[in-house]
Amino acid sequence: MCCTACVRPGAGYFLLAVLAPLLVAVVVRTLGWALVLGPTGPLSTALMALGIVQQPVSLLQTMSGVVIALVHVLVPFLVIAVWSSLQRFDPDTLRAAASLGGSDMSIFRRVVIPQVIPGALAGAVVVFSLSATAFATPAIVGGRRLKVVATSTYEEFLGNMNWQLGSALAVLLLVVNILVVIGASRLVEKKFAHVFE
Amino acid sequence: MKNGPLALCFHALFVGFLALPLVMVMLVSLTAKSYLSLPTDGVSLRWYAAMLDNPQFIAAFKTSLLLGLSSACIAQLLAIPAAYALARMQFTGRQAIAAILMSPLLIPHLVLGVAFLQFFSQIGMRGGFVGLVLAHTVVVAPYAVRLMMSAYTGMDPSLERAARSLGASAWTAFVRITLPLAIPGVVSGWLMAFIHSFDETTMTVFLAAPSMTTLPVRIYLHIEETVDPLVAAVSSTLIVLAVVLMVILDKWFGLDRLLTGGGPKDDQ
Repeated sequence: MCCTACVRPGAGYFLLAVLAPLLVAVVVRTLGWALVLGPTGPLSTALMALGIVQQPVSLLQTMSGVVIALVHVLVPFLVIAVWSSLQRFDPDTLRAAASLGGSDMSIFRRVVIPQVIPGALAGAVVVFSLSATAFATPAIVGGRRLKVVATSTYEEFLGNMNWQLGSALAVLLLVVNILVVIGASRLVEKKFAHVFE
Repeated sequence: MKNGPLALCFHALFVGFLALPLVMVMLVSLTAKSYLSLPTDGVSLRWYAAMLDNPQFIAAFKTSLLLGLSSACIAQLLAIPAAYALARMQFTGRQAIAAILMSPLLIPHLVLGVAFLQFFSQIGMRGGFVGLVLAHTVVVAPYAVRLMMSAYTGMDPSLERAARSLGASAWTAFVRITLPLAIPGVVSGWLMAFIHSFDETTMTVFLAAPSMTTLPVRIYLHIEETVDPLVAAVSSTLIVLAVVLMVILDKWFGLDRLLTGGGPKDDQ
């Protein structure tokens, strides 16, 4: 997806379209998903028109709904990570592979992908951390039924006034988050040490 | 490599996925009815009029604007000298200071919000505007520092040395040579700080008092109660502002370089 964006002129517009949502507030983008995924939204209408479901469906207050919205909110970060690893990519290797008779598909699979994987994994770690600690999106799409640590912490602090429990939740999230991020980064760096040099 | 029809198809789907919720918000905001619906029978701007008559949203917009301006300015005032020292000088603790300045990027905003809330209520500053400015400055400073550092490292250091050898004091050389050359970095760092302050929700939701909320928090609290075309109108206004900002930013700096942290176009 992103490799084409940097090799071809004019494909810069795609990059622009991917990055532009970063300038729109997260609450606004999430509100959009709440409208799309709700029982009267276009998703439900489309599924009913296609005859896949008989009753209006709603992905609000479900895990799938939160995941879809979070993908939208965070995908620019992954694109940035992959895009910047492609910036360091020498286009001559593509020409070399092509001159040696590689097909487009096999060049992509055997030359491009291996160089992009570390960047993609590093981006994935960032996205993991940001989704695990996200507040607005799970709060709006997940509602009261689907609880995550961030929304529970908010409720303990500002609803139940139980600051001790709220702080404990936040610290737990911080510690788990740091452990996962450090662990995953170490793993990626160790496995792909040659690419980072 | 060429973009085959399959790749173009994928691009179109992906861009569609990204645009879908934003388009949806804008469509709903144009409804003439008093409940959430698509404007199937007639477009109306009544919800935009309602938005302008709503003192809560107007006040929150002003708070957000003022908060973004102040925290971006303070962050930039800290970042200009700090990034200069980090980019140009060698001293003990350089790595540590760089790590501390960047650390707000690594700590979840939820944790920052909880921590600032407890800290501010201990010292009796809870719910005030000053507290919000302080907290936002901490959160947005890394963006300012990062872009200032890339501005300093991207320019030729011999220009400053030339000024010094011609008799300029260190201060004069900085103010007359280095800083003017770093202006694109100053502007883009300030803008990134402002954008992040304006968008910040997770931390602010803990810190903002009901009488003084920022716009994203106001929108969130409104959605928590009810989703109506009014909040869609407010959101559409923000989308339109973002699009205008995007066009301007792309023209001046290159949006890709700004958002991917590469600094302004000039240091290529």
